[in-house]
Amino acid sequence: MSVRTPMTLATIEAEQGLRAALALAPEEVVATIKESGMKGRGGAGFPTGVKWGLAAEAPAPDGVRYVVCNADEGEPGTFKDRVLLSELPDLVFEGMTIGGYAIGSAHGICYLRGEYVYLLEDLEACLARRREAGLLGRDVLGSGFDFDIEIHLGSGAYVCGEETALIESLEGRRGEPRNRPPFPVVSGFHGAPTVVNNVETFAWAAAILARGADWFAHIGTDRSTGPKLLSVSGDVERPGVYEFPLGVSIREVVEAAGGGEAKAAIVGGAAGTCVPARDFDRAISYEDVSTGGAVIVVGPWRDLLEVAENLQWFFVNESCGQCTPCRVGNIKLLEGIRRLRAGELSRRELDDLVGLGHTMQIASKCGLGQAAPNVLLSIIEHYRAEVLGHIPVGAR
Amino acid sequence: MTTAPALGTPGMPGGPAVTDPTVTVTVDGHEVEVPVGATILEAAEKAGRRIPTLCHHPDLPDVGVCRICVVEVAGQRALQASCAYPITTPIEIRTYSRRVRQARQTIVDLMLAEHCGSCQTCGRNGNCELQDLAEEYGSDHFRFGHRTEPTRLFDTLGPSIRRDMNKCVHCLRCIRTCSELQGVGALGVIGRGDSTTMSPYLTLPISDVVCINCGQCINRCPTGALQEVDDTDDVWHAIEDPTKHVVIQTAPAPRAAMGEEFGLPPGTPVTWRLNSALHDIGFDKVFDTNFSADLTIIEEGTELLLRLYENLVLGDSSRPVPQFTSCSPGWVKFLEHHYPQLLPNMSSCKSPQQMFGALIKTWYAEREGIDPADVVSVSLMPCTAKKFESGRPEMTDSGHRDVDVALTTRELARMIREYGIHLPDLPERDFDDPFGTATGSGVIFGATGGVMEAALRTVVELVTGRKVEEIFDHADITPVRGFEETRYAEITLPDELGPVPAILDGKVPDWDWLKGATLKLAVVHGTANARKVLDDIVAGGRFSECHFIEFMACPGGCLGGGGQPIPTSVEIRKARAQAIYGEDAFYGETGRVRKSHENPAVLRLYEEFLTDGPCGHRSHHLLHTEYTPRGTYIATNGRGVGDGSNR
Ligand SMILES: Cc1cc2nc3c(=O)[nH]c(=O)nc-3n(C[C@H](O)[C@H](O)[C@H](O)COP(=O)(O)O)c2cc1C
Ligand code: SF4
Ligand code: SF4
Ligand code: SF4
Ligand code: SF4
Ligand code: FES
Repeated sequence: MSVRTPMTLATIEAEQGLRAALALAPEEVVATIKESGMKGRGGAGFPTGVKWGLAAEAPAPDGVRYVVCNADEGEPGTFKDRVLLSELPDLVFEGMTIGGYAIGSAHGICYLRGEYVYLLEDLEACLARRREAGLLGRDVLGSGFDFDIEIHLGSGAYVCGEETALIESLEGRRGEPRNRPPFPVVSGFHGAPTVVNNVETFAWAAAILARGADWFAHIGTDRSTGPKLLSVSGDVERPGVYEFPLGVSIREVVEAAGGGEAKAAIVGGAAGTCVPARDFDRAISYEDVSTGGAVIVVGPWRDLLEVAENLQWFFVNESCGQCTPCRVGNIKLLEGIRRLRAGELSRRELDDLVGLGHTMQIASKCGLGQAAPNVLLSIIEHYRAEVLGHIPVGAR
Repeated sequence: MTTAPALGTPGMPGGPAVTDPTVTVTVDGHEVEVPVGATILEAAEKAGRRIPTLCHHPDLPDVGVCRICVVEVAGQRALQASCAYPITTPIEIRTYSRRVRQARQTIVDLMLAEHCGSCQTCGRNGNCELQDLAEEYGSDHFRFGHRTEPTRLFDTLGPSIRRDMNKCVHCLRCIRTCSELQGVGALGVIGRGDSTTMSPYLTLPISDVVCINCGQCINRCPTGALQEVDDTDDVWHAIEDPTKHVVIQTAPAPRAAMGEEFGLPPGTPVTWRLNSALHDIGFDKVFDTNFSADLTIIEEGTELLLRLYENLVLGDSSRPVPQFTSCSPGWVKFLEHHYPQLLPNMSSCKSPQQMFGALIKTWYAEREGIDPADVVSVSLMPCTAKKFESGRPEMTDSGHRDVDVALTTRELARMIREYGIHLPDLPERDFDDPFGTATGSGVIFGATGGVMEAALRTVVELVTGRKVEEIFDHADITPVRGFEETRYAEITLPDELGPVPAILDGKVPDWDWLKGATLKLAVVHGTANARKVLDDIVAGGRFSECHFIEFMACPGGCLGGGGQPIPTSVEIRKARAQAIYGEDAFYGETGRVRKSHENPAVLRLYEEFLTDGPCGHRSHHLLHTEYTPRGTYIATNGRGVGDGSNR
């Protein structure tokens, strides 16, 4: 997948961030990340500095804490982590090392999406090089800080990208999300305080230490600082990875990728939301339309309900099956979409489906089930007339 | 007489009281103070608010998967599962709101959509948590449709348990029961999303895996997905067949719980009324399993004394110590699967059910002049594993199947209801001869620690020649009573011991080797706890120094058995235990015998039939058995998988 815009991350000088971090006290590193205002790049948008601070302060009975890099990238339409892992793995591992220093952890784990196994050899080689160069292992760069990273390969479950399912999977069990609280920063891998961050989050953390919190905070908007990598795909001429400052309008992104006539964009992937073209002035940011990086452009000739059916099918298959709203809800939404498309759904049943979607959003155990109805609900909301047109006249 | 603190018991008695930190929460506007870490569900209960639950069970760690218990927590977008939300900071909770009501209703609708089963033909009709929820939330139609064709596995191959996954609501209670409570791990989750289902290893039938048939999963299943194999038809047919002489033995634990099936509060004993019911239904004779429990005590106590003598005095390592009790068939199968190297420690005594079975088709049939082939021997047991046990190929020493049908408490309750009698209204009636009189020792077999206490009453008298009442008040050996996971006790024998009593003539020369000795004893219930103790034994820990250990597969012992009325909880099991110890005390108050070796019917049996005494030749043939190592992951019987030998 091509990189379509210059990547700021590619311009960060090696080791600069790590050296800067080691020259500071761990609390100062946490403070720097907080000052940068960076929020997680994996989708949920939790402030990274706050997360690191919580993990650093959480009691760790035997002093063990973990830093986990979430490289499970399974969201349909997302591929920017793959680009980072193949082109800038050093920066990602440097960010993890900085994270380890900040929270007082000696153990880093990179949870790599099973389908990315072809990257494994290069990543291991990169780790080996870093150990040799004194950037990993005992006494990193003579600072007295020990840190190493191991890679754990997933086996193809989307839900394992959810941080607590990821931890279950790391512990050798079925990848099923846990209840929170307790949050991983308090009780994560083997009950120890654990920071889970996205690949891109770690890369930017290294950049922030290298260039300073101010530099980062001045890009983007007040509440959504810094640049963001976006994976743009769908009905566009130039799919690929783009970098934009957060706050960029959807229109700008779609146009950059050559999706001129687009009818809508699904921002945030399968778990995201469907934004109609008339709303393309909305901003990609945590306060407006939030995304882990996926922008899927929908061309004018497409049937949105077909798109919705396709995405719902994905959730039917990827639900871990643990909780009722998601396990049963997704199949019911899928059946509903199919009947709607076949002209068999009544108005009352459509309302029931919307109610079901709302329940899934608030009552599912994890983000998967909570986000699974989003695209459908946004289509029903924004294309009401079109959707109602599928309902047989007598059943309206 | 000294006792040591129990393994896994938090805090020692008499130690300083620990005050847990508390936190104040607001539930629907009312402030309550709860210990830090208490769940929202617990806080709500304290505030007098009932929150519906399904996957929550008081015996199990919470998983928060059904989501029926969701509530509002101020400041949070999503609803939170109250059963799985530990409170650590002051929070504000609302147990009811429009969002909560709609979510709960939708969740019930989704459960009904997924469910395939019809209440009229379901064994849990009238006692089903899904039915209750549907009623509570006023479900008046299947909003999201519902399955009418079964698509999931219905496993009827097991000897004890039927698993109909079409009725499963995915609460994971069975899995948590099997793994966390029982330490067996026969069940797991397979598949994802809509095709998720509970399954034994490799989707094998339950009969081909390490399941010990304890039925604990049935007791905690909220629906009809898990049920006992129903053998009531076989019993009706036998009763209706005039050529058959149908007898039933009733164990103490079902008698302490049967009342629950007829609306009586837990802990109401119905022993004597049940006898009337059984005669009404058409059983020819009603016997008390306590008879063979007394017999078991004599055989097992003798075996213990002989084993100690052979091991400690004669140095015979083929008779390893500690001796394990063998009356719980779930526990027996557990050991056969997971610790086959410790099978030599298992007492060779059959369980009371099987001892009785062997005697009914030999001594009793002979006495009564009935062809044993015409005797149908039924048992009332608290236990689903008894079904498996009665079908074991080893259990045919009478020349017939020793026990034809093992019924659970629930099955017999159905028969009584079907016959149209209301148990609480019946008059009381005694057990039938020739086994009539039992003792209190037999009764307490139904509670964890009971076998140990009964055995001690007898062993202490046999070796001291003194009345056990002189050593323990009212013959109550309380250190082995209770519900702690594991109890450990030591009993130091006096320096003066009696002569070897007549019943043991020629088996040991004297008791000199036991003078002043300290007997180390332990009582364990629930196979997860058994696993801890067995691991300790294998590692040479303190339990390896024990002389005698009572193991029961089920939490609470037989009174918490997998065939007992549903629901179950610690409180219910405690109430049943009270009924059992009450019956034992009743024997004492009414001047009846409380010690097994004084049971006149048992003594007559040794005089008339087992003439070479306990552990003698005849008793060995009829009352003792052998064990079979089985696979650790899948069930093998030394004969291969899937040959039906486990069914
Ligand atoms: C179903 C599901 C899948 C997810 N997949 C990923 C993923 O592939 N990569 C990722 O970084 N975060 C994923 N997340 C979000 C993580 O749970 C977590 O919030 C994130 O890794 C935190 O990192 P960040 O704060 O750096 O964004 C997923 C969440 C859910 C609910
Ligand atoms: S929401 Fe879906 S993926 Fe998440 S725990 Fe529930 S069933 Fe599993
Ligand atoms: S499990 Fe419950 S709801 Fe289902 S058929 Fe049986 S009684 Fe009815
Ligand atoms: S009967 Fe006992 S061992 Fe078998 S599955 Fe149920 S809980 Fe597990
Ligand atoms: S079989 Fe019963 S206990 Fe097990 S998950 Fe299904 S409903 Fe729950
Ligand atoms: S009872 Fe709380 S989630 Fe099931």
